[in-house]
Amino acid sequence: MFKLLKYALYDILKSRFAIIYTVFLALVAISIYQVSDDLSKVSLSLMNIMILFIPLISAVFATTHFYNNLEFIELMLAQPVKRIHVISSQLLAVIIMLSLSLILGFGLPMILWGADSSLLTLLAVGVILSTVFTGFAFWASVLSRDKAKAIGLSLALWIYFSLVYDGLVLYIIYSFADYPLEKTTLALVMLNPVDLGRILMLMQLDISALMGYTGAFFQQFFSSGSGVSVAIGSLALWILIPTISTARVFNKRDF
Amino acid sequence: MKRLFLLALTLIFLGFSAEAAKIILKPGQSIQAAVDRATPGDTLFFSPGNYQASAVTIRKPLSLIGENYPVMDGEGKGNIFLVAAENVLIRGLKFINTGKSNMDDSAAIKFFDSKNCVIENNILEETFFGLHFSNSSHLTIRNNKIKASASREFEVGNGIHLWKCKDNLIEKNEVSGHRDGIYLEFVTNSLAKENLIHGNMRYGLHFMFAHDNTYLKNTFRRNGAGVAVMYTKNVTMQENRFEENWGSSAYGILLKDISDSKVIGNVFQKNTVGIYMEGSSRIDFKDNNFKENGWALKLMASCDQNLFEANNFTRNTFDISTNGNTVLNELKENYWDKYEGYDLNRDKIGDVPYRPINLYSVIVEKIPASVMLWRSFMVTLLDKMEKILPTMTPNEMIDHSPKMRPYDFG
Repeated sequence: MFKLLKYALYDILKSRFAIIYTVFLALVAISIYQVSDDLSKVSLSLMNIMILFIPLISAVFATTHFYNNLEFIELMLAQPVKRIHVISSQLLAVIIMLSLSLILGFGLPMILWGADSSLLTLLAVGVILSTVFTGFAFWASVLSRDKAKAIGLSLALWIYFSLVYDGLVLYIIYSFADYPLEKTTLALVMLNPVDLGRILMLMQLDISALMGYTGAFFQQFFSSGSGVSVAIGSLALWILIPTISTARVFNKRDF
Repeated sequence: MKRLFLLALTLIFLGFSAEAAKIILKPGQSIQAAVDRATPGDTLFFSPGNYQASAVTIRKPLSLIGENYPVMDGEGKGNIFLVAAENVLIRGLKFINTGKSNMDDSAAIKFFDSKNCVIENNILEETFFGLHFSNSSHLTIRNNKIKASASREFEVGNGIHLWKCKDNLIEKNEVSGHRDGIYLEFVTNSLAKENLIHGNMRYGLHFMFAHDNTYLKNTFRRNGAGVAVMYTKNVTMQENRFEENWGSSAYGILLKDISDSKVIGNVFQKNTVGIYMEGSSRIDFKDNNFKENGWALKLMASCDQNLFEANNFTRNTFDISTNGNTVLNELKENYWDKYEGYDLNRDKIGDVPYRPINLYSVIVEKIPASVMLWRSFMVTLLDKMEKILPTMTPNEMIDHSPKMRPYDFG
């Protein structure tokens, strides 16, 4: 397992994509640091970019990477190694590479020009989103034999979670505006990893507005650590669900 | 000649001191008896220690001065001091444990029909009402520390409570844990300055029908519902700080039916709502700093002829929200950090007007739960669309001359 991971990681970190991605993220962060005059504005702009692009890039890259390495994977399956080790080494390698790029790309400017708690949260949310969407992409890849179909599925998942889902929630909120919707909205938000990441950021950036909520339940949720821990717990679930289903499908798949 | 003059001066001085006797009290002595024995103008010195004091009534000009904060213990019964006199000075005493009753509004010191009184450097702890004044004038309330620790609003009264008073100075006091920090009703021509009012159950400052007053350099922090002021004209609020008032009905300031007033150079930071106003008119808002609030301004459609000029709006979740389409107020030359326009002629004023109300703040106003979707990609798209083609947001809520750079208020 460790050896497999080492080779997979070695392979992926040398790739051109890793360098381009890191440089791209660093350039984005540097330019934002240059234009904005204070840290919370930086984290706001970075968040807007991150919430949208990190899942997209993770999904597309992970899918293509899986198919590019399909021959290697098939070769490995012919060896006396456990299937679970093969797939998890590939998955972990992609996750580690994406997270490293993000931490380097966004982190270096932060070391240079300073960071606050909201920027650190941002990094954590970025790493989590990369992991979740890599999981989705691998799941899509092991489900279908066609590369185009797999990319299509991961893109569909990305569009669904970043755009369509919020539209649906907004529609539900609008249609049932006469009912007490606080808990429902919160529950709905838990069902979307992108929204969860966003809420974690909101708690840093817009706490004053969030506290405007009526009801003791919300006061408690947002002001105490319970809100953060519930959000992180659900994000952990969101990491586990696609990776576990990937492993299950991969274990049974006939190559 | 000079010697004669000095002699005369000494005689006068001696004469005065003979008249104004110094009476020294020790713990255990009855304060009421000492007060009754004293002649007008006398000074009562309290040695350090504990005194039992309940409803000590003062009806003549006296000075009561404590050394090392002698404790006036009300033992949970009614008021501690009652004053109805002129020229009373109370300094350096510590008052604890008044009764807890709304029937007689138990207070540490209660003044009726008094004039020219000075209350300074006292400490008040676990009092129901702190300082309670009615129908008095020319009061100086300075440097008092007033602290209560009730857990519910109805278990405690106001820190500094003035009813029907005029020409007062309320300065450098610290009030915490009371119902309202400073409560003024029918109080006119007064100045509240450099007070620190924090952690009170209801409002930091609460006034009604209190015309012609000035509030200068006070700090109101983390009060249950911020500051609420009503039915008053000619108010000047300058260089105050309104901070961290969080909650579903907490405001930096709530202005209801306030008119002809000035709100200048204040800082509103981290409040759920910076300023909420309704039914208010002819107020000038200038040089204020609105930072990190949920809503910097909630400007209800019932307000008219207010002017918002040269304020900074930075890092607020929403800049302005309102409840109708009528806008009878003017916004000009403010700095908005969300402004995305350009300045081709380099006059430091943006060439495109700024619309401070975004679509989503209108939606959140209608359905509070939808704040959960704020900053999602969907909502950002909706907002951009509304910016290009305004349909739901009031058309006239607009700053025609937004500043390109923030003002530096120091």
